[in-house]
This record gives sequence, structure tokens and C-alpha cells, in this order.
Amino acid sequence: MSKKPINRARLQQLLFCLYVLLPILALYTYLRFIPIGRTLILSFQKWNLLSVSRPFIGLVNYVKIFQSPEFATALKNTAFFAVFTVPTTIAISLALAVALNSKRVGIVPFYQTIYFIPVVTSMVPVAVVWKWIYDPTYGLLNYLVSLFGMHPKAWLIDPKTALWAISIMSIWKVIGYYMVIFLVGIKNISPTYYEAAEIDGASGWQRFARITLPLLQPITLFVLVISSIRAFQVFTQVYVMTEGAQGAPGNEVRTFVYEIYENAFRFFKMGYASAEAVMLFLIVALFTLIQFKVVRDKS
Amino acid sequence: MERKLKYTKGPWETFKTAILHLILLMGTAVMLLPFAWMIFTSFKPSEEVLSWPPKLLPIRWTFVNYIGVFQRWPFARFFLNSLGLSALSTFSILLTSSLGGYVFSKHRFRGKELLFFLLLATVMVPFEVFMVPLYLSMSQLGMVDTYPGIVLPWLIMSFGIFFMRQNIAAIPDDLIDAGRIDGCSELGLFSNVVLPLSQSAISALGIFAFMDAWDAFIWPFIITSTTEKFVLEVGLAMFQHRFFVEYGSTTAGSTVAVLPMIIVFLLFRRNIIEGVTLTGLKA
Repeated sequence: MSKKPINRARLQQLLFCLYVLLPILALYTYLRFIPIGRTLILSFQKWNLLSVSRPFIGLVNYVKIFQSPEFATALKNTAFFAVFTVPTTIAISLALAVALNSKRVGIVPFYQTIYFIPVVTSMVPVAVVWKWIYDPTYGLLNYLVSLFGMHPKAWLIDPKTALWAISIMSIWKVIGYYMVIFLVGIKNISPTYYEAAEIDGASGWQRFARITLPLLQPITLFVLVISSIRAFQVFTQVYVMTEGAQGAPGNEVRTFVYEIYENAFRFFKMGYASAEAVMLFLIVALFTLIQFKVVRDKS
Repeated sequence: MERKLKYTKGPWETFKTAILHLILLMGTAVMLLPFAWMIFTSFKPSEEVLSWPPKLLPIRWTFVNYIGVFQRWPFARFFLNSLGLSALSTFSILLTSSLGGYVFSKHRFRGKELLFFLLLATVMVPFEVFMVPLYLSMSQLGMVDTYPGIVLPWLIMSFGIFFMRQNIAAIPDDLIDAGRIDGCSELGLFSNVVLPLSQSAISALGIFAFMDAWDAFIWPFIITSTTEKFVLEVGLAMFQHRFFVEYGSTTAGSTVAVLPMIIVFLLFRRNIIEGVTLTGLKA
């Protein structure tokens, strides 16, 4: 015999792998691979769902995207949202983590629990409540600012404040999450560094800037990338807080995902919406690549 | 040496500690105020809801908003839809992830690395990127506005397979080889050796998967149109569009949606925070 016979045990193992992987692969093909591939194909087609033909039109959808004022608004708003929420979230959650780690604070689980509550509650009810807080006439926020002599504002309707209002609510929702992530990172820093620094008489700020911050860099990078990606996916809270209500501005606060949703499911411009989806993927991929590159350069 | 490392407890230090606690407590208030406002509003009669200046506590407590919510809109149904679909999603993700993770970490076959890379690569593609063609596929199969249509995309999680592979890889090969020599079947090995040894990873992933499914909005929102099929997130969003001026009702609906989660969280606080960070950091 030239070939080694596959023994029974090995055959059983291979069969097991097959039985496990076939259904998984089938699900992946249907739910991930095919839709992802079709997004790319559709982005080069003109198709409004009702028409029978789907002619390939090359890059026309992409060209249209860059000429569209709606898309420009969506991109601008989403970028603003990311640029405002990401650094603010990182700064607050890092500060909280450092505070909770300091020897002065004894009851960490108490604070940790409270700050984490918005993380475990789902987005829609929370957005409903914040919409009420931001109410143009009876909102709690208008009452609070009236105590300082300010006039009431239609926070979510005024295009100047709507994005800020949504951003602040979104930061409130996630700081507990990133705080816990930072806290894990800080706890992993060996206490010997801090002991040495203390003996050398380093101040609290020096210890933070020279030890905590540099050693936390991988986690900060991770948080930066993850929260930027999530910021570009923002939809639910924007939809709940601004869409549909009477007096809503012709969606001044449209975001990237809202653009895709509206073009696909309201105007049935499947090709155009897919081209926008590809753009979203490219932006997200860019963030991921940056992270890979920085991590690789480090090691 | 010992003495040097300790804080010198002067009045200045006590003052700084007090300031720190003060800031943290103010943060606590900011975190909790929206929830308190939500709960108290939901117990106010309508004339009190829109009173100025607003009072935090209701003067006359009433259940009228809650009765209204359940009478006008099938909130119990929404809740059960969310619960059932999230449970199904979690079960499927745990099953496929742990089985897949076992195969990818403890078995050898041709093309394994390539296959794993293909599955993992889909992590990089956000759901919103391929939801349009996914909707079209579902519509071809007649699954629009059906329960299978809502839950199907949530039956697998690329990150889950990756996460379980990492954790199962830490189980010593010797244990598994010993089982194989004893004539244990692969499925037996999986359920008697692999599963018990990866319990903490499974519970972490389970919490993560459940929250992810429960929180899903845009997909159930576009795939469902009949009120009875709505999950809680969609039902609440639609409800507040229709009754948006009735803050008593919308906050009652929100309280119904939020309170069970907060209670579960307070009961399993440690596990949930651990689960979320464990999965978060490996992503």
C-alpha cells in the first residue's frame, strides 16, 4: 500500500469538522458573503427595485454621491458627531477610570455600577427619555437653563443645537463602557512603576502623564478605533430623537446610515444606496487599517 | 519604606479626597437623572407632565399611563418578541461559536486557516454596509415581516467564533487527546471537556450576544411592518412617533422597556461588567 490508510478515529474527526462547519458556512454564505458581494455589484448598477432591468452604469452612482448635497450633509454631520463624541468620550471615561483607580476612592463598585447603567439599557427607550429632556417647551433642560436666566431652546429642532444635543446624549450612553475598559487596562499596569515613581517624588499628574498614559496606549488606540467606527454607524438615537415628530426639520441631522436607509427603503434607489454603503465600508476599513498599522509598527 | 508609600493624611489630602468624591457623585447624578425623570414622569397624570416649572416627583401618583400603554399598543407582545428572538439568537451564536471555536482550535484539516480568515474578515464589515442586499435576499425568500426574517442575521457572530477559538485554544491538548484515546466521540469531548472548561467565556459571550440582539434596531425596523411582529425597540420607537406629545405614555413605555434590564444588571452586575469587558477587549 502506497498511501497511509486514514484510520477510523481520524475519519471521525474529519466528519465532525464537516458536520460543524457545513451549517456555519451555509449561514455565512447566505447572511454575509453573498450580501457583501452584492453590495459591491449593486453599487455599479442602476436599479430602483421596481424596474426589471439593472443596467451596469460603472461609477455613475459614485459620481452622483459626490455631487449630492444630501450626502455631503450626511457625511459632514457624521464626521462632526465622530470628531466631537470620540475625544470627549475618551477624555471623560479615562478621567473616570483614573479617579476610580486612585487610592482615595474606596467604593469603586458603587460608581462602576451607576456609570454602567446607561450601557446596559437599550438605545430606543433612552433616546425617548432624552427627547423629553430636550423638549422645546417643557423639557427638563430648558428648566435647568432657565435657572441661569437663559431662554428656552428647541434643542433637537434647531439645526445649530440638534447635533450637539444628540452627541451629548450619545456620550452619556457609552462613557461607562469605555471607563470599565480603561479601568481594566490601568489595573494591568504593574504597581511597581507607581511605587518607584512615588519614591522619586513624582506628582499625581506626572504619574498619569509618564506612566499611565504611555502604558495605556494600546487600549486608548483600541477605544479610539472602536468608538470612531461606532460613531460612523450612528442611527437609532438620531432616528428616534429627530425623525417623524411634527416640526422636525427636513432632517437637518441626517447621518450616514440614515442616508443609506432613506435612499434604499424610501426612494428604492438600491444601486445608489449600495454605493453609499461601500463608502461607509471604506471609511470603517480605513480606521481598522490604521489600528493594524500602528499595532504592527509597535511590535 | 512602608511609611513612605502611605498617604500622609493631612487636611489637604482629606480635602482632595472629598473633592474627588464630590465630582464622582455629580457624575452619578448626571447618569441617574434621566432615569429618575423617566420613571417619575411615567407616574404623573397628563396635566402634571406639562406643568411649569417642572417638579421631579408627581404630586398625584397614577398608573394611568401604564394602563394606556398596554391597552393601546401590544407592549407585552413586543416584550415577548424581543425576549424570544434574543434568546434564540444567543443560543445559536453560543452553539455555532463554541462548536466552530472547537473545530478551529483543536482540529487539523486542509484549508482551515483560509476558512477561518474568511469568516473572521466579515467582522470588518459593519451590518449597515450589507443590509440592503440582505433585505433583498430575504424578500426573495418571502421572509420580510416574519420572525425568521428578523432573527436570521443574528444567528451567527464572527467575533464569537474568534473569541471561543481563543478561549478553547487555552485548554491543554493533553486533556482532549486523553479523551480521544479513551474512545470518546468528538461530540462527547465537546460537551464533556470543552464546554465545562470554557464556561466563563461562554457566559461572557452569551451576555454580549443577548445584549447585541436585544439592542438591534435598524434591521428589525426595516424588515417588519406589522405591529404584532415588532420587537420592543421598534415598537417603542413607533409608539413614540405616534404619541410623541404624550410624554406620560412614552416614558411609561420606556420604563417598561428599561426596568427589566436594569434589574437583571443589578442582580448580575459583576458577571455582566466582566462579560462586556472580556468580549470588548478581545474585539
